This record gives sequence, C-alpha cells and structure tokens, in this order.
Amino acid sequence: MKILLNAWRGLAGLAIVMLAMPVALAQEAPDVMVKRVANEVQQIIRTDPKVQAGDQQRIREVIETKLLPNFDFERMTALAMGRNWRQATPEQQKQLIDQFRALLVRTYSGALSQYRDQVMDFKPLRGDPAATDVIVRSEVVRPGQVPVQIDYGLTKTASGWKASDVIVGGISLVTNYRDEFNGQIKSGGIDGLIKTLESKNQGLK
Amino acid sequence: MTAQPSFTPAIRHLLVMGSVVATLALSGCATTGGGRTDDPFEPVNRAMYAINDPIDKYVFKPIAQAYVDYVPPIIRTGINNYFNNIDDLFSVVNGLLQGKLDKAGNDMGRVMLNTFPGILGLIDVASDLGIPRGNEDFGQTFGFWGIPQGPYLFVPLFGPTTVRDGTGFVLRVLWSPTTEIPDVAVRNVIYGLGGLDVRAQALGTTSLISEASLDPYTFVRRAYLQRRQYLVYDGNPPPLKDDE
Repeated sequence: MKILLNAWRGLAGLAIVMLAMPVALAQEAPDVMVKRVANEVQQIIRTDPKVQAGDQQRIREVIETKLLPNFDFERMTALAMGRNWRQATPEQQKQLIDQFRALLVRTYSGALSQYRDQVMDFKPLRGDPAATDVIVRSEVVRPGQVPVQIDYGLTKTASGWKASDVIVGGISLVTNYRDEFNGQIKSGGIDGLIKTLESKNQGLK
Repeated sequence: MTAQPSFTPAIRHLLVMGSVVATLALSGCATTGGGRTDDPFEPVNRAMYAINDPIDKYVFKPIAQAYVDYVPPIIRTGINNYFNNIDDLFSVVNGLLQGKLDKAGNDMGRVMLNTFPGILGLIDVASDLGIPRGNEDFGQTFGFWGIPQGPYLFVPLFGPTTVRDGTGFVLRVLWSPTTEIPDVAVRNVIYGLGGLDVRAQALGTTSLISEASLDPYTFVRRAYLQRRQYLVYDGNPPPLKDDE
C-alpha cells in the first residue's frame, strides 16, 4: 500500500516536472510570456476570494510568486542608475537592488486590484526576432476614455525573458527613477540614495 | 440685464497671437540656459510646487474627494463627458492642423454624435458605438511642427506644463465654446466644474506619486515631460540616451 502511494507520488511529481519542461526548454516568446502572466494574475484577482476581500498577505503572496519571478530587478536597477551604476561597489549594488525592489513592490501592490476588470489587448511583437531587448505592447481599453498603452521592456536572460521596464502611457518607470536617483546621488552620493530608499521603505511599512 | 463677456473677440485674438509669439521666443532661448536644459527655472518652479502642495492637500483634494463621494456617478459622468466633448472638438482642430485626417475624422464623428444625440456632450454616445477618443491638443500641434517644448513650468493650482503646452492651453481656453456663454455666473460655474472634474480624475494619481517618489517634484516633472513627448510622437517617441 505504502509502496503504491510512494509510486503515485513519484509519478505525480514527474508529471509536474514534465509539464513545466516545454516552457523552460522552448524559451517562451516574450509577448507570449507577458500575455500569459497578465492573464494568470487577472484570473487570480477575479476568482480568489482572499484577494477580493483585500487580504494583504495573500496579495503579497500572489505578487511574490506570480509576478516578481518575471522581473529582472538587477537590470531594472542598473538602468535606473544609468552611468552611476558602474560607480557603485558590489555591496552598494546589492543594497540598491533590494531597496528598489521593495519600493516598487510596496507601491504597486496597491494598484493590483485595478486590473480586475480591465480589458487588455496585446499587440503582435515587432522588430528583430533575434534581439535580446524587446518591447511588448499592450493597450488597456476603458469605455469613454482614451485607451492607455502599457508597454513592457523585456530582456533575454538565461532563465527566459524578464521584464526590466514598464511604460504606462508613455511614462517609463526606469526613466522616471533615473532622474530621481541622479538627483539623490548628486546631493548625497550613492550611500545617500541608499539611505533615502531605506527610509522611504521604512515609512511605507 | 446682460452680462458682458470678459474678452471681446478682437482682444481675444490679440491675446492669442501674443501668446503664440511669446512661445516661439521663449522656446528659442530655452536651450541656452545653464543647469538642466529642460527646467532652467527650477528654483522658482520648486517654490511654486511647495506653495501648491498644501493648497492642494487641504483645499482642492478634499473638495474633489467630496465631489466623488457625494455626487452620484451619473452626474459626474455627464460632467466629465461634457468636458471631454470640448476636448474632442479641439482634437478635431489639432488633428487637422497636423494633417492627421483619419484621427480628425474620427473625432469629428464623435463630436457630432455627442453634441446632438448626446445632448451637448453630456452622453458619450460615440464611445458606446465604439469610436475611440483621439487626444490631440495645441501643445502637440506645436511639437509636431518642430517648436521646442521650452522651459518646464510648475504653475500653482494648475500643475506641470511647459511654455509650449501652457500656450496651447491658453488658446484652448480662449477659443473654448464655453467663452460664448453670455452669462458670467453660468460660465464661471462651468469653469469651476471643469477644474473639479480634472482634479477628481487625478485623485488616484496623486496618492501614487507620494508613495512612489523620492522627490515628488522631480517625479512629476519627468513623468509630465515623458508623457508629452510620447503624445507628440503619437506613442512612438525617439528613445532617450542613457544619461538623459
């Protein structure tokens, strides 16, 4: 009996691994990836009773497990730092990545519920298929309003395509933070920027 | 008792022409300023931002919040539709000025549908029929024809703008059909509602800014300038260099 159960468990485990394999092996196309993740998350927002009730812990969990694995925070931080990135020590870089990630997760998790009833329309991918940096375009349609374009900047990594920028209605997150980071670095250096990010994150808790 | 309109048509046109000339002149000299080229008046702008912040926080934001909380959605939607319809009318004009005939035609159809069957714009019939809103304005037309944006400006009670966009906004106000309403009181109520509508639409944005930004002034400036650049290029702006 016990042997049977273990065998069944083993088989089930194998099946899960095999299901996951084609995705990892075939390197899902960037636009397919964004669309899949967006639809998955929207499905959770629509159906998960805890998310609907505003359970913060569950919302964080959804973000951590479904969204964040698809972001490349190191690249995002490097882009936002611009030429200052090379001036930072590895230790400073690590702190910057952690703090920037925390800031983004905290501020944008509140916006998650707004995706509930949005109609997302993904555009076909244009440009060079061999590129390692692409932009996936989508449009959010709201009745009676000008549609909002939401674009995702993606970079090819060893573990598939990862988002390194989000551009809402033409406003690139990375470009916006580059100005802010530059300003902080000019007045207090890289350590000053890290301190500002830390205290911002403390304040938001 | 007839109320006087505040500007006679002749004076209005003079003001318009004057503001266009001023834009061209100011935009031209903007690129030679020291420091940040897009914000040569940063110290003044920051002071204006600092003045605006508490006024907005303690006066305009609560009023807009009360408007959203107590006025039924159907009335707020009607008011929003009314102003959108006027924006659409200007979108027709600016689409034409940029030779974007498809867009202008679309917007013209919207204005016709919403003004007549839609009762002066109160009902957005066109959106129900699936006609998308264009989004052209005078600032974009100036940009399309190569006029530089000029210095960034932060105007208290109005918000972020540039010399180019601010001039466009002045034109829009001076030429708005609302100025033709002879009764000053009615006209002022409509202007007031317009301001309220704009502020109410932005309620979500302002709380995001305070959470997401390290320095709200810088954050607003970059977001505004990025957004305008994007609109001028109809969604395909040239990429920025790494350190811009």
